[in-house]
Amino acid sequence: MDAPLHPAPREHEELEHHPSPRKYVAIAVILAIVTAIEVAIYYIPALFDFIVPLLLAFAVIKFIFVALYFMHLKFDSKVFRRFFLIGIFLALAIFGVVLAIFFLAQNGPAPVLTDR
Amino acid sequence: MAAHEAAVAAHDDHQTSTGLDNTKLAMWAFLGSECLFFGSMISTYLLYRNNVLDGPTPHEIYDIPYTSVSSFVLLMSSLTMVLALNAIQRRDQRALRSWLLATAFLGLCFIGGQIYEFTTFVHEGLTMSTSTFGSSFFVLTGFHGAHVTVGILMLLTLYGLSLAGKLEGPEGARPVEFIGLYWHFVDIVWIVIFTVVYLVPTE
Amino acid sequence: MATVAAPRRGLLARPTAKTGVWGWVTTVDHKKIGILYGVTAFVFFILGGLEAIAIRLQLAQPNGDVLTAEAYNQFFTMHGITMIFLVVMPFGVALMNFFIPLMIGARDVAFPRLNAFSYWCFALGGVFIYSSFFFGGAPDGGWFGYAPLSVQLPGAGMTYYSLGLQILGIASLAGAVNFIVTILNMRAPGMTLMRMPVFIWMVLVTSFLLLFAMPVIAVALFQLMFDRVFEANFFNPAAGGDPLLWQHLFWLFGHPEVYIMILPAMGIVSDVLPTFARKPIFGYAAIVFAGAAIGFMGWGVWAHHMFATGLGPVANSAFALTTMFIAVPTGVKIFNWLGTLWGGQIRFKTPMLFAIGFVAMFIIGGLSGVTHAIVPHDRQQTDTYYVVAHFHYVLFGGAIFGIFAGLYYWWPKIFGRLLSEKLGKLHFWLMFIGFNLTFGPMHIVGLQGMPRRTYTYPDNMGWDLMNMIETVGAVVIAVSILVFLFNAVVTRKRGEVATADPWDARTLEWSIPSPPPEYNFKEIPLVKDRDDWWHRKYAPTPEGEPVRVFAGGADVEADDDDGHGIHLPSPSYFPVVASAGLPVMGWGVVYTAWPVVALGGLVTLLGIFGWAFEPSAEEDH
Repeated sequence: MDAPLHPAPREHEELEHHPSPRKYVAIAVILAIVTAIEVAIYYIPALFDFIVPLLLAFAVIKFIFVALYFMHLKFDSKVFRRFFLIGIFLALAIFGVVLAIFFLAQNGPAPVLTDR
Repeated sequence: MAAHEAAVAAHDDHQTSTGLDNTKLAMWAFLGSECLFFGSMISTYLLYRNNVLDGPTPHEIYDIPYTSVSSFVLLMSSLTMVLALNAIQRRDQRALRSWLLATAFLGLCFIGGQIYEFTTFVHEGLTMSTSTFGSSFFVLTGFHGAHVTVGILMLLTLYGLSLAGKLEGPEGARPVEFIGLYWHFVDIVWIVIFTVVYLVPTE
Repeated sequence: MATVAAPRRGLLARPTAKTGVWGWVTTVDHKKIGILYGVTAFVFFILGGLEAIAIRLQLAQPNGDVLTAEAYNQFFTMHGITMIFLVVMPFGVALMNFFIPLMIGARDVAFPRLNAFSYWCFALGGVFIYSSFFFGGAPDGGWFGYAPLSVQLPGAGMTYYSLGLQILGIASLAGAVNFIVTILNMRAPGMTLMRMPVFIWMVLVTSFLLLFAMPVIAVALFQLMFDRVFEANFFNPAAGGDPLLWQHLFWLFGHPEVYIMILPAMGIVSDVLPTFARKPIFGYAAIVFAGAAIGFMGWGVWAHHMFATGLGPVANSAFALTTMFIAVPTGVKIFNWLGTLWGGQIRFKTPMLFAIGFVAMFIIGGLSGVTHAIVPHDRQQTDTYYVVAHFHYVLFGGAIFGIFAGLYYWWPKIFGRLLSEKLGKLHFWLMFIGFNLTFGPMHIVGLQGMPRRTYTYPDNMGWDLMNMIETVGAVVIAVSILVFLFNAVVTRKRGEVATADPWDARTLEWSIPSPPPEYNFKEIPLVKDRDDWWHRKYAPTPEGEPVRVFAGGADVEADDDDGHGIHLPSPSYFPVVASAGLPVMGWGVVYTAWPVVALGGLVTLLGIFGWAFEPSAEEDH
């Protein structure tokens, strides 16, 4: 990061980089369609073997659309993206390890108790 | 007194070393932190979701069509939020207020839906004390709901600020953008929760 | 440019007091907030020290009867909570608050009211936790609150624990956001990241650690609270709740927490050593990157606190390796500190003594830490006094010595008077001797099997002599603190008046008067170098010897022209109001009095609304 102070971005500069309302609506429609597909998959027995990767993939797609467009990360400084990515990757990494320790441990996680 | 004028000018320009706005940077830092907050609760849920004791299982108690509708509502609230930001960037205070109210309304619908869902679950025998599944479910979705509620309060505050004429000028969009980021994040968290908690099947 | 005049009447009028109690309560000035943090932390230091003395009196002899087991559990729990959350962290924040803007050439932090809010959350959170002694019993489940014991312990203590730490966590998280934005965004022109003092770099890394670690313990504490108050099952073994979940969540926070406590002290030492060796820090880039590496790698070691819980050989080996690896960047720093001293013109002033003491004691603590990384050896060390020795060497010998180095170093800048050198040296040597007498023998009794967290021990174990020595050492430490207090009080009116730059130091805070004017810098400096102040004072001759360019500190005086035209943020009531509702909510939960919780929530909400709606008019200075 360089020495001289930079002016805060002026409003008119920002507007140039914004998607139009029409584009926002289009993205919202895509999000709604993806949600509908997710729910549909839930009910289709033929897809049951692939359901987890499919659902996760769709969730990631929705996540990315909201983050890049609605949260404007696609058009903003990379610094903001880094804060978010650090949080996400840190959470995935440490909790991935924690859950791996629980589920792969010799005794397994705490026993499933179902008195039924 | 050129130095004096320079000092005054330097302060007034709100220049920053990175060129990035202070409040926007602060919100992104906070959102990074929130990833860990929700990550901890989601992990706890993943650990405990099959421990149902003699209470209902996830599969038995979730009403997927119902929750899909409330998920759709929250998704659409992100659209109205970004349209609100777009409005104030065009200096249209009335459109801003309309879209803010729409967002708050959709948020309230979501919360109403959550409250109904929670009371239904309690009547069907799932409480925080029933099992670790119950505890982790209610705490995760409860905190998410609390975040939505705080968001609604902030949206209404923005509405009030706009009415009071405090969102005029080039700086007016900043608080809207800042609260918009929070709102979209809360929506994103629900995207994850809807998939991981409701849709992904348990044993 | 004219400023909007703040309304003088009505609920939202900004307060104007700059002096007196009201001035301190409504201040948003980072320097005043820093002093508030420091004084409050010192009060808690005394309380935590008294708890330690009580512990040592109980353990001075076998079968001690100074404290009952129940009382002992409260004392050692509160000693830990106090020293970690109410002393070391806030002392660090005190110095960060006062000096970040001064070292980067800014007039205040990015969010002055948020800064005040952090302080009040800390102060009121501390009051809330200590109120437990009077209202139901203090926390007694250890500062680490292991479940399910922490869930099952009767009384209010661990409920105070779960809520009090939550309030303190809010203070820390807000502070972290504030400092990150301040450091990234408010540096003077020319101050690139690689020209910042090492202390600022360490604060930046610390703030990132806080940002990502605090939410994890927040979740753990909420889960504990829900288990205790609402009969949830997170840690209920009968329902399949897993105590290890608590430990993972706690140590995912807890390990970054120890780096949060030590990195600022390392930063202080990295700025004190060069000043008193008249040399720049050896290997600036390496020290900075090592600090960042420690922050990053610190996320990969948490389960080394769980080696005795049956994680299995794969997890144990992985965490043993990561723990050994993290010693590497720490070693880099130590060698660079030694390299700074090597060939320098050393002046053994009090700050330097504490800084060198830090390095020596931290090496010892670090070495015992490395032995913990060896899993089979750790099995023996776990729950013994060997661990107590380790963490006191790094946290007392490390963090506290580093903080005192900073206090003696920066005292003249903060208060305008130098502390007495004679008394300072007496303090150092008494503390150094007392500290080693107290914690050195703990390595030995620990290896001999003396268990920790236990209120007494039998008389045929051969631990008697060591324990007596340790208690004597604790008393010596207490005397040394009294020396420091005496020094502070006596020099307040009669101490040598400090010039701007009494140590002939290197960084920007020494370029302004002592104490600094409210606006810090009359003109924001244009920075051309690392150690810019040094380079303005000294220019190298062709032979490479530095030559004094101008008379430096003595020339910098407070001006009659009080920086007219500099805009400073106005004081505000609302940070106090917003934070005041939090302990009220806490008491409401402890007594399950829901109207009280609602009342506290309302107060906080009103505080936040007031904060949002009050005029942002800045006053003309």
